[in-house]
Parts: sequence; structure tokens; C-alpha cells
Amino acid sequence: MSAVLEKKSLPYLQVLDEEGNVVSAEWMPKLSDEVLRDLMRKMVFTRIWDGRAVKLTRQGRLGFYAPVAGQEASMIGSEAATQKEDFLLPSYRDVPQAVWHGWPLYQAFLYSRGHQHGGQFPQDVHVLMPQIIIGAQVVQAAGVALAFKLNKEPKVAFTYIGDGGTSQGDFYEGINFAGAYQAPAVFIVQNNQFAISVPVALQTAAETLAKKAVAAGIPGVQVDGMDVLAVYAATKQAVDRARAGGGPSLIETITFRYGPHTMSGDDPTRYRTKDLEEQWQRKDPLVRFRKFLESKNLWSEADEERVIAEANDAVKEALSQADNYPKMTVAQLIDSMFESLPADLIAQRADFAEEGK
Amino acid sequence: MAQMTMIQAITNALDGELGRDEKVLLFGEDVGQSGGVFRATDGLQKKYGEHRVFDTPLAESGIGGLATGLAIQGFRPVMEIQFFGFVFETFDEIAGQAARMRFRSGGRYTAPITYRAPFGGGVKTPEMHADSLEGLLLQTPGLKVVIPSNPYDAKGLLISAIRDDDPVFFLEHMKLYRSLRQEVPEDAYTIPLGQANIVRPGKDVTVVAYGAMVHTAVKAADEWSKTRGIEAEVIDLRTISPLDMETIVQSVKKTHRAVVLQEAQKSSGAAAEIVAQITENAIYHLEGPVLRITAPDTVYPFGMIEDEWLPTPDRVLRGLEKVMSL
Repeated sequence: MSAVLEKKSLPYLQVLDEEGNVVSAEWMPKLSDEVLRDLMRKMVFTRIWDGRAVKLTRQGRLGFYAPVAGQEASMIGSEAATQKEDFLLPSYRDVPQAVWHGWPLYQAFLYSRGHQHGGQFPQDVHVLMPQIIIGAQVVQAAGVALAFKLNKEPKVAFTYIGDGGTSQGDFYEGINFAGAYQAPAVFIVQNNQFAISVPVALQTAAETLAKKAVAAGIPGVQVDGMDVLAVYAATKQAVDRARAGGGPSLIETITFRYGPHTMSGDDPTRYRTKDLEEQWQRKDPLVRFRKFLESKNLWSEADEERVIAEANDAVKEALSQADNYPKMTVAQLIDSMFESLPADLIAQRADFAEEGK
Repeated sequence: MAQMTMIQAITNALDGELGRDEKVLLFGEDVGQSGGVFRATDGLQKKYGEHRVFDTPLAESGIGGLATGLAIQGFRPVMEIQFFGFVFETFDEIAGQAARMRFRSGGRYTAPITYRAPFGGGVKTPEMHADSLEGLLLQTPGLKVVIPSNPYDAKGLLISAIRDDDPVFFLEHMKLYRSLRQEVPEDAYTIPLGQANIVRPGKDVTVVAYGAMVHTAVKAADEWSKTRGIEAEVIDLRTISPLDMETIVQSVKKTHRAVVLQEAQKSSGAAAEIVAQITENAIYHLEGPVLRITAPDTVYPFGMIEDEWLPTPDRVLRGLEKVMSL
């Protein structure tokens, strides 16, 4: 594979076409059959759990949820190229990456319900809580990456933002800081075409979002975000480069969310045509990768069914764990404001304890 | 013991903490090579190296994000906002991010960041440099706010702020930087956050103040003692969040009258909170309403009318007369 990140003109990376044919053997990542099958397993698993999460949200059994269907290749292909010790700063839609990076699913459900223990990651899980403020994760990623550099730890900070998020000041500040310090960070822009309802064309005159890397003096690449192998290949280069001391880079994945922005009332028919949706569904990441794997006898209907069952069971189990988890209390909330509470908060805590909360 | 100005005491505190704990990092605009616009970090980059004391690109939100990211990886960032008026640019990283870190992660991550910023009127800075915006910080759960009034306190409070396991905003009044000298021990010492100091004992009325206003209050109280024979007890808050209400309430129980002095615009700030809490905790000990002596509810008028805008000793005396007459 040639060094795509080093190219002067910003490249567009695609490995598989919509039919699962290899269009660029040069960029094909060298992955074992086992890893290829695992990428498919994670994408199918995620598609199933996303569908379940959407239903559970409608039933009021989950709180806040941002659907991910359509973006599986972009999310899973990139996370799979990182190592467990690498630090993930997700935004609110990036729950799959966080889960595949080690966030227990029941904690993701607790988070969705507003329980602070959702964010109480196990000590060996290197993930930050999903970011709500657009862009804040980008400046923080620069800080985490600088910490790795100062500590001389061979780790990488990786973070995600959407197309709309690249208009935010924090996006520019974050990639610029990381560039100025040559900190080991990877910034992944998931361009899913709409920032809630506003199309990319209204966000910027930039020809591509990857081009925004140029001003920060860091490499940028645009990738077919419906192609899990292309996303993996680009991210692997960026992560390896950062780990080796080569500094940060920016990856734009061209993708699409099939569902609404979140489950809190967004109606995509107000800003997207049926035509456009069908156009993107023909690029589906699962369909094309399944075709590719089938052509190599690496995936079967039985595999698919097994993963679907596995995902359904996992969601059921996680939900029951979340259901049985002790409810958060106001006293707990107060306790989590400071290492040790000031007098006034101790008094406020006592008031709530009296109310039995 | 050495005589130090407040800026020297601050440099001395930073120096000591950098030497004591290798996790302490200093950064901000112009803090490295140049030593800061007020020279608060003078010589520290040379002494501790560019990996401990460094310049940042010119973007306050980026500096705030850098601090948050470093903090969750185990560092103790001491970041400088060049002037407090620039805090709006990085307010999300302070109030929206760092101050919520412990809550959002159920204690898995913390943000032991010290935010330093110069502020305060009377030194003829450009617009948006001197404004007293501390009221904004008081509305931020999870954040402590410190405002020292003298060199000795500045050192002890800054060391406490850096060692604190939660984010602390440390505000340095520009007028106090070099206007007074005090004996300050070379060795490290701490002053607990949330502990006020009675700087002038008195029995007739309690005057609560912080920052530069402590000096205005003491001056007025001394004058008043001479001309009227009335003894005001002046309390220097030192920390405006958390508040040391115990010291204030004890004083009010003794004097039965209180007035709160603040340099900031009047409404909804530290003074309002103190009045509310005195009412909650000591209303039956009061002989009259608790008054506020403050600037008017306007933006800070840099330049021409600064001195009239700030609570002047005359305005303080009038306020004291009024609180005694009610």
C-alpha cells in the first residue's frame, strides 16, 4: 500500500465498490481472514443493536439515542484500526466505537438513561463520555495526545466529529493545536451529509472537509465511508503514523445516516428526498462487504444468523443489567461534584436525604 | 523572610509546585519564553523546560481543551487566560467540560485544573480586560473560585488550588500585582480553600469583601473609626466559592449589621449570594437590612470613568452610614 497520507493532492480512498469488487488492490489492508470476519460480525451486530435501540427508545426504555445505521463501516473500520490502549473521545453518535473499544453495553444504556455510572468506565477501558458540545472533543483530543507525547507513551488519541462540526471553532483549534505540538492524534470527520437538517453545501465552500487539514498543516484524506476496508486502511496509516511520532492527521469518511438525527423528534423527510436515501442505501456498507466476504467463502447465511442472535441476546442481557442497576440518587449526584464537599453542599445533601432521595 | 509583591508570590508558588510535582504543567499565551504579560511565569520555562512550561497557539478554547485532555490523563494543568475578559472564548471547556468531568464519569475522570487569570479595574487596561465576571463562575457547579487580596494569601491559596483535585479558578487583581509588598515565606504553605479571614476585627458592623475591595473596606473602616468611633469588622473572603458562611454568620451574630462590598456590577453575583445566605442563616440576629456596595449594573467602562465606576472609599462610607441608619 502506498503512503496515501503523504500525497500532495488530497486523495479519495476506496477499496471495494458497491458490488464488493476490489477496485484498488494497492490500498487493500493486509488482514487475516479472522479479522475480516470480525469486521463483518461487528457491523452486523451493530446494525441489529441499533435497530433494537431505536425501538427501545420509542418504547421509552432508553433515554437519549442517536441512530447509527448506514455509518457502520465508518465507525467500525476506524475503531478496529486502533489499539486498546489508544484513547477514544467519541461524540454522541459514536457509541458503537466506544462499545467496541471496551465500554460495556449495559453502561452505554445507563448513560442513555442519564445514570452517571454509565460514564464510570472500567479502569482498562480508555474512552471518554460521549461529547454533546460539538467540537469540544477535538480540543480535548489535542490535550490527551499531548499527554501521551509528554509521557512518551506509544498511544494515540482518536476522536470523531460530523460534517457540521467542522464549522465549529473548536474543530480548527483542536487540529491546529495537535499540529503545532505534533501530538499523536487522529481526527475522523464522519461526513454523513447533513448536520441535523443542514446539508454540507451550506456549511462551507471547502471542496472537501479533508481539505481543512491543509490549514492546520496536517495530512488529510477523504475515504469512502461505506467501505469498511478503505476506512480501516486510512485509519491504520494515520494511527501508525501518530504512534511513530509522525504527528496528527485528519480523515473524512463519506457516509450517510439512514435514520433521523436522534430519536428526539427529528423528521428527515423535511430535508431529504426518498431518492437520495435510496441512492445511499445502494452503497450499504454491510451489503458490499458481505458480497466481498462471500466471494472469498468467508461469510455465510449461518454466520449472519448466528451474529444476529448473538446481538439480540447481548442487547437483552445488557438491558436487564441496566434495569437491575440501582437507581442514581440526588445524594450521589451531589457527592460527585467535588472530591470533598463544601459545607453548603453537605447541608443541601442532608435536605435531599431527608426527602429520601 | 522575603518581601514580595503579589506577582512575585504567585511566581514563587508556581515555581515551588513545578519543583514539587512533575505532573504540574504551566501553559498559555506568552507564558513560556516571555514569562507572561505580567511576568508571572518569568524564568520558569528556563528552569523546568519546554515540556513543563510552554506557549500555546492563540486560542483560548483550545487552551481550555488542552487542559481538560491533559487533566484526564493525570496531569495537573495550570493554565493562564491572559486576561479574564477572554474567558468567554473558553467558557465551555471550564463550565461545560472540566467542572462536569467528575459527575459525568461517576468519578472515573477528574479535572484538577487551575485556571489563572488577571482581572480587576483601576489600571486602565483596554476594553474586555478588567471586567469582574466572577459571578459567571459562581453559577458553575463543580468549580471553586479564589480571589486573593494580598501576596501572602496569593501564595498559600494558589498552592492549595494547584493541589486541589477539582478545577479551581484563581483570579488575580491587576491593581494588587505590584501595589503592596508583604513578608512571604520562601517555603511552601497552604491556605485552605473556603476559609475567610477577619482582617480587621470590630463589633458594630460586618463588612464582607474580597480582592482589591478588602483594602478599600479596611481604609473606610479605619477612617470611620477615627471620625465616628464605629468599629467595622472586615472579612476577607479569599474564596468566593465555596463561601465561608460560618465566619460571616458568626460575625453578623456579633455585630447585627452587615454590608457586602464588591467591585463587580451589582446584580446576581457574589454579594447577592452572601446577602441571601446571611438572610437564611442569621435573619433573627439582624437589626437592619443587609446592603450591597457595588459598581452599577453596566459593562466595565474602560478608561475615562473607571475610577468613578469602581466603589470608591466615599461610596463605601456612604454605604456604611446607610446600613447603620436603617
